[in-house]
Amino acid sequence: MRELALIVAVLAAFLCAPWLTDSGVVLNFLIMVLFATLLGQAWNILGGYGGQFSFGHAAFFGTGAYAMAVLQTVFAVNPWLALPLAILCGVLVALVIGVLSFRYGLRGSYFALVTLAFAEVLRILANTFDFTGAGVGLQLPLREAAGNMQFADKTGYLYLVLSFVAFGLMLSWWLRHSRYGAWLSAVRDNEASALALGIDALRVKLAAIMLSAALMAAAGAFYLQYFHYIDPHIAYGPAISIEALVGAIVGGLGSVFGPLLGALVLHLLGEATRNLMGDLPGISLVVYGVVLVLIVMFIPRGLSGLFGRRA
Amino acid sequence: MKPAILEARNLAISFGGLKAVADVSLTVAAGSLTALIGPNGAGKSTLFAMISGFLAPDAGTVHFDGRLLSGLPPYAICRLGLARTFQIVQPFAAQTVRENIAVGSHLHEPRRRQALALADAVAERLGLAGELDKPAGSLTTAGRKRLELARALATRPRLLLLDEVLAGLNPQEVAGMIPVIRGICDEGVTVLMIEHVMQAVMNLAEDIWVLANGCLIAHGGPQQVTRDGAVIEAYLGKGMAARLAALDEPDAPGAPGKSDGAAHD
Repeated sequence: MRELALIVAVLAAFLCAPWLTDSGVVLNFLIMVLFATLLGQAWNILGGYGGQFSFGHAAFFGTGAYAMAVLQTVFAVNPWLALPLAILCGVLVALVIGVLSFRYGLRGSYFALVTLAFAEVLRILANTFDFTGAGVGLQLPLREAAGNMQFADKTGYLYLVLSFVAFGLMLSWWLRHSRYGAWLSAVRDNEASALALGIDALRVKLAAIMLSAALMAAAGAFYLQYFHYIDPHIAYGPAISIEALVGAIVGGLGSVFGPLLGALVLHLLGEATRNLMGDLPGISLVVYGVVLVLIVMFIPRGLSGLFGRRA
Repeated sequence: MKPAILEARNLAISFGGLKAVADVSLTVAAGSLTALIGPNGAGKSTLFAMISGFLAPDAGTVHFDGRLLSGLPPYAICRLGLARTFQIVQPFAAQTVRENIAVGSHLHEPRRRQALALADAVAERLGLAGELDKPAGSLTTAGRKRLELARALATRPRLLLLDEVLAGLNPQEVAGMIPVIRGICDEGVTVLMIEHVMQAVMNLAEDIWVLANGCLIAHGGPQQVTRDGAVIEAYLGKGMAARLAALDEPDAPGAPGKSDGAAHD
């Protein structure tokens, strides 16, 4: 119950932020932290609770973003209706990747490589087809209205991404306190034992990759609405996959607040280095790498591990 | 004779050129405590793996409670009420003892709180009550063996396959486990155990199957099996049966068994 109270408190703090400041820079920072939190939460479901390390979560992110864009620009679907469809598309991609890799017992580095390959294949496809705008990408026409999921000020975007993160927090809490979560952790820790105790490991892993993809696709849809633009490199490139896994690992695998902590710390560090070193391209990835090494070496349970066993 | 709860017919499996199990048929009577013994490498664990669905036999069938198990995956067999433990213990090391056992009780109990409460009750029965909040990885060998048993028991099986739950325990711990296994059987769970510790087999089993080199070589009660010439030779070497008979009274029960127990500890 303490965890639930903490979840409510954290959400309330973000909810109040627009009243405390109207600085666009601060609100943008908070939005990007929440966006990174969402990526980490998505990865944490499959990687943290399920122990299946994916290097290609961009496959779900990009599919969500592209589905959102194509539905609006080509089919003129309202974005609020397009959102669940985009999430569904991400989930379907997860089902295909999950069936192909889990059915044949891929795990560890083999699973990581296969997911990476799938994301690359999707990147190349998005680069090729006309309806995804090929290499040029897709631009979202600017029509600012809440009904069009485009907001005049940053508060609307903050609340949109906050609602996704709230869902992610609740999902994470549920995984800690439900039979499905117990099954998922059992499959992670020892698949043979899980099978011997009556757990259908394949189904459990498929459900995990689909849940994970749903959050990831929602993040992709949000990205599109916030930046009005998507191209193959942003959507399916490795940067998103890396941000998702680094945030989750730095924050603490299999924890409720880990992705939020990880995203906050990484973005604070990113801002700091940007101020110190200017806009050196790729410098934030260098910082991510160093932080990841330090965390894995010195606090393998992640930042949330510093606050008790399962913060 | 009580009806058979488990019936394996003509099971066979080869790995490459090696016939690990060849044409084995055995039955386990409902409510009994049956043992499967045999020298190392006889194919006992392989037989368990085929019964519990972890290995698909090349030939033969397994019936559990009259139901054909062939082709069913391990989790489906467990849901039918046939649980197993592993010879090499496989705990969820990062989780607590309570969480480990709750994974088993979740099979029939979807609610988390109730599953954890059931785990406490099972732990109590197996003498793990004091360890409930410890991570499974921190348990001693004896503790892990008990945990392995507790998890399987929490799935509420009707037939329990125990793969050497006494191996690696000291004589005191073995003595502590014997009443636990006896208790499980007394509560109506049929037990089929692979065991090297002859003291326990003699003490517990009413029916014994002996496997050597992938073939069944003997079947019967404890006294009958330990006097069997083929069994003595399988354990102690060719010609030993005759030499023992010449040396000693042939019906000194348990003598070859005891020397075996020491050799395999």
